[in-house]
Amino acid sequence: MGITKKVTVLALGLGMAGGLAACGSSSDEGTGSGDSKTVTLVSHDSWAASKDVIAAFEKESGYKVKVLEDGDAGQAVNKAILTKDNPQGDVFFGVDNTLLSRALDNGLFQPYEAKGSDLVLPEYRADGDKHRVTPVDTGDVCVNYDKAYFSKRGLTPPKSLDDLVKPEYKDLLVTENAGSSSPGLGFLLGTAAQYGDGGWEGYWKKLKANGVKVVDSWEQAYNEEFSGSSGGKKAKGDRPLVVSYASSPPAEVIYADPQPSTAPTGVADGTCFRQVEYAGLLDNARNAKGGKALLDFLIGERFQNDMPLNMFVYPVREGARIPEAFVKYGPQAKDPGTMDPAKIADNRDQWVKSWTSLVLK
Amino acid sequence: MARLALMAGPVAFFAVFFAYPVAAIVARGLEVDGVWRFGRIGDVLAQSDVRHVLWFTTWQALASTALTLLVALPGAYVFARFDFPGKQVLRAVVTVPFVLPTVVVGTAFLALVGRGGLLDELWGVRLDTTVWAILLAHVFFNYAVVVRTVGGLWAQLDPRQEEAARMLGASRARAWRQVTLPALAPAVAAAALMVFLFTFTSFGVVQILGGPAFSTLEVEIYRQTSQVFDLSTAAVLTLIQFAAVVAVLAVHAWTVRRRESALRLVDAATTARRPRGAGQWALLAGVLATVALLVVLPLAVLVQRSLGAPGFGYYRALTEADGGAFLVPPIEAIGNSLQYALAATAIAVVIGALAAAALTRRDAGRFVRGFDALLMLPLGVSAVTVGFGFLIALDEPPLDLRASWILVPLAQALVGVPFVVRTMLPVLRAVDGRLREAAAVLGASPWRVWREVDLPMVRRALLVAAGFAFAVSLGEFGATVFIARPDNPTLPVAVARLLGRPGDMNYGQAMALSTILMLVCAVALVVLERLRTDRSGEF
Repeated sequence: MGITKKVTVLALGLGMAGGLAACGSSSDEGTGSGDSKTVTLVSHDSWAASKDVIAAFEKESGYKVKVLEDGDAGQAVNKAILTKDNPQGDVFFGVDNTLLSRALDNGLFQPYEAKGSDLVLPEYRADGDKHRVTPVDTGDVCVNYDKAYFSKRGLTPPKSLDDLVKPEYKDLLVTENAGSSSPGLGFLLGTAAQYGDGGWEGYWKKLKANGVKVVDSWEQAYNEEFSGSSGGKKAKGDRPLVVSYASSPPAEVIYADPQPSTAPTGVADGTCFRQVEYAGLLDNARNAKGGKALLDFLIGERFQNDMPLNMFVYPVREGARIPEAFVKYGPQAKDPGTMDPAKIADNRDQWVKSWTSLVLK
Repeated sequence: MARLALMAGPVAFFAVFFAYPVAAIVARGLEVDGVWRFGRIGDVLAQSDVRHVLWFTTWQALASTALTLLVALPGAYVFARFDFPGKQVLRAVVTVPFVLPTVVVGTAFLALVGRGGLLDELWGVRLDTTVWAILLAHVFFNYAVVVRTVGGLWAQLDPRQEEAARMLGASRARAWRQVTLPALAPAVAAAALMVFLFTFTSFGVVQILGGPAFSTLEVEIYRQTSQVFDLSTAAVLTLIQFAAVVAVLAVHAWTVRRRESALRLVDAATTARRPRGAGQWALLAGVLATVALLVVLPLAVLVQRSLGAPGFGYYRALTEADGGAFLVPPIEAIGNSLQYALAATAIAVVIGALAAAALTRRDAGRFVRGFDALLMLPLGVSAVTVGFGFLIALDEPPLDLRASWILVPLAQALVGVPFVVRTMLPVLRAVDGRLREAAAVLGASPWRVWREVDLPMVRRALLVAAGFAFAVSLGEFGATVFIARPDNPTLPVAVARLLGRPGDMNYGQAMALSTILMLVCAVALVVLERLRTDRSGEF
């Protein structure tokens, strides 16, 4: 290879870097959320919606929807707070009741009462008449069980939190780190809701003595450790009880190929804690008008009907359609644990800290 | 003057895309109304949890580094000195782990050393949630660092020097100790330093294999920033990690400087030969067995899981946009990843080569040496910190890059540059300075001296450097996940997103995509190996 060729290679490299930088700056225009024809939704990476439903909104409103999925639920909220002076979008969707106070205290949202707010079932409403957030969906964090495991041994699956500390369920449960996982935090709050400020630590001591395993993420608990999920079966998971969602059994059916006639997993109805997810108009949103239209859309009938099978959550709008598979394989908990947002706000960080040193160390 | 001109590019690059964003996020945690609260450092250090994290971070990194050197140095020798069929492919294969996203490696390793894994089935041994799983995975990840960094130089050492020492009566051990070892020391130190830095700042492996009970500084920074949202604690931990890394780099710079010497480098192709005698064959067999067990097996588990559905079902599913996890078919992530990684490689090679050239000059002063260490810092600073820093710092004109795709390659180039510099420096410094002087005396311009003296001798190192930069860019996850646009996910980001969803199809698709990522890397690395031999004949 001659000198000229070498120089060409080097020049190519340099030119490439320069050229790419140029591309970068030119493609920049038109993608910014500054233009009033685009409305940008910032969410976590569980966001999902059907294409035709979004297309219908775009057609009716005249706005183009851009979605930025920003990591897991907690991360997306924290990131939105960090960038709130110059937000990445107009609407944020995906802050749940466990983290709501963090978003509100940091001034993430500006008030807007979405059209159709009156049709949101009252138990899901929050923030009084300030209307900084709009409830969009709800789901229950519940212990799921592996049906095959329990039927093979003729053992009754647990039904309640009390059951989980019984000797027959020793070394069976896997849960998530309350400090790092949204269902893990939900489960901790569920125990606090049931056993109270003075009692939850005693319950967790018993749970620890009964061999609860704690892993960092839902993915790991559900797809690796749990023996009832398709991922867990492949990974030879050996824990037949896992903290997951009430809607996980229908997901096991819908995503399986071929689909089984019954769900391979069930839900322990008395272990549930209710999560509600909210959306809000970001403070300093560039396209506030578009953002308002998008919020109206999120609690509109079309989106509420479409959402359950996309995100495996329940609608909050009165009369919204609940998919057949949910009714069949994953009904909502009848009497889930709940907690006042103000109480969560006051205690969350301290509880997580105590829980960490109690259970993990 | 020429040196300053060479350095201007890298300095500006690091100032704008590294120092500024990191400073911005640290300030968010520690600065209140214009007053820096450095008192927080004492408060945080006083917590026993934090001290425990510090201790664990340090000892596991030391243990991982020692173990990696122990396992990989024989490998470096074999790859440098022996010629055997399939060598090029194998060299590419051992590099693949290095670029896989940690979430994938964690899953694969769990299947190996976890419950129901191979060890469990054979001997009933389970290593998950023990420190052994972490150490083994660290060796798996960093094997290539030692093989490539040390082996690259070893292959170019003239074996006749050692032979000459033997002829003069030195024992084999003495010849090795007094001839080969001193020549090799800077490369071993560089490799050890890299492994230490990577394991000291280890994140995904510790989280997945160690479980919530184990925590390195990096994991703790991530938890404090991303989950607990205690920015001041995160800022303090970032500063501690920063200080620790600076200290390590300072020690390294000192040891390397003491051992540097001009080496007689030869064409790598002429130094390798068929193994001779039982001892050498046994060594080769041992290294191959290690590679099979430690590197190939976890990768094979991954492939096996991706084929779980009949008729490549998981792979076919990748071409469909289901409107669920992705706005685009997951398969498009491959194109995105390649584009980003190529751009990142171009940036890293240009910046890294300029920096290495500036650092090579013998008259390098204290300022320049400081710059040497500075270039390594991006490897020691938490990717989470960098990712968040990019978000809050690069969002205003004239640097409003937040919506631009170039942000991803820039972040990836940050981790690529140190590789380029590290790979090129030992070789560049080993070039006999008198050659340059001779060329200059004969009237060559500095540019021409570099082109005709340095470049031919470092071309191979440059290619290896480019390969590494490409590979780490392809697999970079920590910072990319914060800044990649959702409609343009990279492969690792797509894998993580698929793993985050329930159901067999998503899980299988994640495994299939990981397998593709693995193959893309392997192909890219094999091509690079070919490129290398085509050109090395010119030395």
